[in-house]
Amino acid sequence: MTVGHALLGLLEGGPAHGYDLKRSYDERFGQDRPLAYGQVYSTLARLLKNGLVEVEAEPGAGPERKKYAITQAGVSDVAAWLAQPEKPEPYLQSTLYTKVVLALLTGHDADDLLDTQRAEHLRLMRDLTRRRDTGDLADQLICDHALFHLEADLRWLEVTAARVQQLAAQVRG
Amino acid sequence: MRRWLTDLSLGVRLSVGGGRSGWARLALIADGVGLGVTMLLVAASIPPVLDARTDRAAARSVESGQTLTPGAPTLLTAEVRSVFHDAAINGRLLQPESDDAPLPPGVTRQLAPGDVVLSPALERLLASDDGAALRGRWGDRVVGTIGAEGLAGAGELTFYLGTDRLTDETANRIQSFGGATTPEEGLSPVLMLLALVGIVVLLLPVAIFVSTAVRFGSESRDRRLAAVRLVGADVGATRRIAAGETLAAAVLGLAVGGLLYLAVRQTAGYLVPGNLSFYPADFRPVPALAALVVVLVPVTTVLVTLSALRQVLVEPLGVVRRGSERRRRLWWRLVFPVLGLVLLHPLVTGLDDALGTQVMIVAGLVLLLTGVALVLPWLVEATVRRLGPGGVAWDLAVRRLQLDSDTAVRAVSGIAVSVAGLIALQGLVGAIGALTAGSQADTSTYQASVLDISGGAGADEVWARELAQARGVTAVGTLTSVWAAPDGPSGGSGGADDEGLLIDSGTCEVLAQEAQLDSCADGDVFVVLPDGATAPAPGSEFLLGGSRQGGSDDGGDGAGAGALAPWTLPASAKEVAPPEGGVTALNGGGPPRILVTPGALDGASLEPMSVTTYVALDPAEPDALDHLRTAAAQVDPVAYASPIEQRGISAALGGIRQVLLVGTVALLVMIGASMLVNVVEQLRERRRLLAVLVAFGTRQRTLSGSVLFQVAIPVVLGLALAVVTGSVLALALQVAVQAPLRFDWVGVGTTSGAAALVVLLTTAAGLPLLWRLTRPEGLRSE
Amino acid sequence: MADEPLLIAENLQLSFGSTTALEHATAEVHAGEVLALMGPSGSGKSTLLHCMAGILLPDAGRVTYAGRDLTAMHDDERSALRRTEFGFVFQFGQLVPELTCLENVALPLRLGGASRRAALRSAEAWLERLEVSDVAGKRPGQASGGQGQRVAVARALVTRPKVVFADEPTGALDTVNGDRVMQLFVAAARDTGAAVVLVTHEPRVAAHSDREAVVRDGRVRQQELVR
Repeated sequence: MTVGHALLGLLEGGPAHGYDLKRSYDERFGQDRPLAYGQVYSTLARLLKNGLVEVEAEPGAGPERKKYAITQAGVSDVAAWLAQPEKPEPYLQSTLYTKVVLALLTGHDADDLLDTQRAEHLRLMRDLTRRRDTGDLADQLICDHALFHLEADLRWLEVTAARVQQLAAQVRG
Repeated sequence: MRRWLTDLSLGVRLSVGGGRSGWARLALIADGVGLGVTMLLVAASIPPVLDARTDRAAARSVESGQTLTPGAPTLLTAEVRSVFHDAAINGRLLQPESDDAPLPPGVTRQLAPGDVVLSPALERLLASDDGAALRGRWGDRVVGTIGAEGLAGAGELTFYLGTDRLTDETANRIQSFGGATTPEEGLSPVLMLLALVGIVVLLLPVAIFVSTAVRFGSESRDRRLAAVRLVGADVGATRRIAAGETLAAAVLGLAVGGLLYLAVRQTAGYLVPGNLSFYPADFRPVPALAALVVVLVPVTTVLVTLSALRQVLVEPLGVVRRGSERRRRLWWRLVFPVLGLVLLHPLVTGLDDALGTQVMIVAGLVLLLTGVALVLPWLVEATVRRLGPGGVAWDLAVRRLQLDSDTAVRAVSGIAVSVAGLIALQGLVGAIGALTAGSQADTSTYQASVLDISGGAGADEVWARELAQARGVTAVGTLTSVWAAPDGPSGGSGGADDEGLLIDSGTCEVLAQEAQLDSCADGDVFVVLPDGATAPAPGSEFLLGGSRQGGSDDGGDGAGAGALAPWTLPASAKEVAPPEGGVTALNGGGPPRILVTPGALDGASLEPMSVTTYVALDPAEPDALDHLRTAAAQVDPVAYASPIEQRGISAALGGIRQVLLVGTVALLVMIGASMLVNVVEQLRERRRLLAVLVAFGTRQRTLSGSVLFQVAIPVVLGLALAVVTGSVLALALQVAVQAPLRFDWVGVGTTSGAAALVVLLTTAAGLPLLWRLTRPEGLRSE
Repeated sequence: MADEPLLIAENLQLSFGSTTALEHATAEVHAGEVLALMGPSGSGKSTLLHCMAGILLPDAGRVTYAGRDLTAMHDDERSALRRTEFGFVFQFGQLVPELTCLENVALPLRLGGASRRAALRSAEAWLERLEVSDVAGKRPGQASGGQGQRVAVARALVTRPKVVFADEPTGALDTVNGDRVMQLFVAAARDTGAAVVLVTHEPRVAAHSDREAVVRDGRVRQQELVR
């Protein structure tokens, strides 16, 4: 329901055409994945059906020139959404975790795994850092978000690798 | 109370529980306090040493003027004063008049004529290569050693020589040694002043040093206290903890001081000049003073710690220095020296030995010298603020001093106070020396003289003959003095000549030693007129050859009473001035003297009252003077041989100088130690920064230079202040003893030079640590 | 990267007493390259940096800078090299507390023999470039941590060194300040064409680099993988 809430939020600033909505969504949130035009309309249609938006018909305009406005119900829906905490992502079933466990089970070097993964992570982090340092505030916030997550992955890997060595030493000892 | 104890003990635990650096700090403070305690204990031991010396000197003293009949266990004795090199050797002639005659303390047997017993120090001196010119001075029949109970100190040079030539007139007859014979001899105001100044000058820096030592490593201590604050201690508790820490160090310092004191006790007797030496057993502190040291030192250290803590704000998150941005004010710092000068006014207006005056002078000195320590921080701050940019090393040093000159100044204030005091003291000693020395005597013809006050017929010939044979003697000339009593009616008018006067006869060369002669030929007669004396009228008649008391009563007994010769002062007698700078000139006044050449006496053979033999010495023979003394002693042990030119200062002052030197060296060593600690501490604190600077490629030269400048700038300022204060004080002291004012360039130069050298050496000694600290390990984050 | 590396450390071996700090450590930096040395605490990454900078001498192995063997140089020569060709940024405590920030930046130039006036003038320009002109007259103690590190960066770059060695330059800073310092640092270093050897344990800081090498137990691991 995130795209819907995003559109609703954007509409709080004032009524807008579907195309304008897509553009402002892409500007703010669509860093990597621009919103498909069709998805905008299907989402708006659903919001319309639920009574969260209404159409301000413009005289002599086709369906593409419909102007959408948020309803009172829509406003309270956005407020409720913002007030409700997001469920923290548990990341309990990450691939990395699986790989480490498997490496351990199959007797592979966990340090190698870490190094390879770090190289890969750092490559991405470098790109993100460059983009952040050259981009605008939105870029910076988005990139930082990603950078922190990637860093968290690496930290976890490092801690795990250290523990794996401890464990291995214990097993061997 | 319980909280107090808890906090104090926590402080003690923190100080020893702080790992290596904690122990290092503790050891530094303990050593510093220990050095101070040692100095104080040494000072407290001086009275017992003096007492013991006085007691033993009294036990062997000789009471004069007793009327005793010879034979009943009696002894004739006379004092012998001699000198070897610069050391005084005072001995006694003993002439027992029966087998059970009294023995001086430390001597176990009666001495036959020619027997000599020596003090161990004199025995060693005689046996040494150095003592060649001394051998045989009192014969060579050494029959024993004087025991400790007969000596003032282990290093004393003295002897007893058996003789058979003493008479009632030349010696004292006694029945026993010692007794309350020496009247209580009050110190002269001059010597008292010297002692007071000396004590203040040597002990005040100790106080400064101890208070400096307590602050060793205080910055890391403050950080530790901040950590204690973080876990909930309040300000009061931090103070008590700090006090406990200091107390632990101070108590340890007392122990260190006690040990050092014991070491000093064993060695100090050998460091002072022989005639001031003492036995280690006598060297023990006055119990009351020792107790005072034991109580006052820890209390002082705690007080210093607490007052130092007032300067900083120990907060849970760190230490804030109070008022570091505030400029120092001058006016209240000037109160001390100004007050000191006011208290010292008796120096200029007149000295007496009243207790009040002494207290005033000591207080004045303390205030004035403390004033140096107080004005110095201001001076350094004010100067450093105005210093311009220079090289990198200079800039680093100046900037550091601008930000915080406290630490540097603290170390230097001890030096400044000591140097100021020492300069004053040396000025005083030098002035006293100048006062007692007949400075500009004429030494072009003769360099030494031997005075024989017993005289006797033919004495002049004996002296001339014997002394001419001494090694290093190139020429001799004798001056014989005869008593001239006024004769007949011509002397009746009253005046100096009423009582008679001395007529000295000798060659023109000899007479030139006694007066300023413009021209002289055989047959001339001169009248020496000191200021204010009236010349005897030409044509006055005298009877020559009597003895001084010689009126009609004793005249008959006198050795040569029969040989009185009438003599008339010729009209051709010239009035001349006393010798320049001579003793007579200084004393002023005095009776007139008549100098005659042999031709003016018409060959009358007179019995001299005294004979002065002038001797020319071979400058190539370094020990000529001592060979002369030995030769003179062999003729008559009581004759006094001395150089004409007083060697600057008399023997006693030489001793004081030596003590002063030992004190100065001890002081400088102490200061050097504290400087070293300071340098090391500052380097340690900045080890990381130093390592970074080296990583940057900073040359070691630059770093050493900055360390050196950092030390040198305050030291130069401190020494300048010290020289000014010390010189002013020296001048005031010179006024006090009515000595001619002079500025002792050499003394000032050597004292401040030595102090500067100490600083330089200690800083240099700190440099190896600098190299060690600047190794890359310092870069590791702590 | 076809050109010859500017600074090469080969097979470095170093122990402090019984602990081995480096064991066959090999690393290289090209001109203008930013190399991150990563690894856990105590892995030997700082020691490697000190060896590469000629501060520490390895027991065995060789460090070559622009064709010159650092390990064979006299101490004075290495000092001169550090003064003229290298720059340094450390985690903390590197600024002389008595000097103003401006004077701190001017210090390396003055150590190199520049006149006081000229040194201060370029120092001013560098402070401006790192956006800390406002602390020029203040002492380091009066500047914030981030400002202090920027001053340190300015000081490292003021001599226009060929290599800047940075040991956890943001270690004592929060994320925002640390990022800003790294951003300004790397940008300025790239502008002057300086290579950077950056020791860090933080991946986010390492992300400012062109390449990373991982040090573990005194060995450089990643180097082998790249080949």
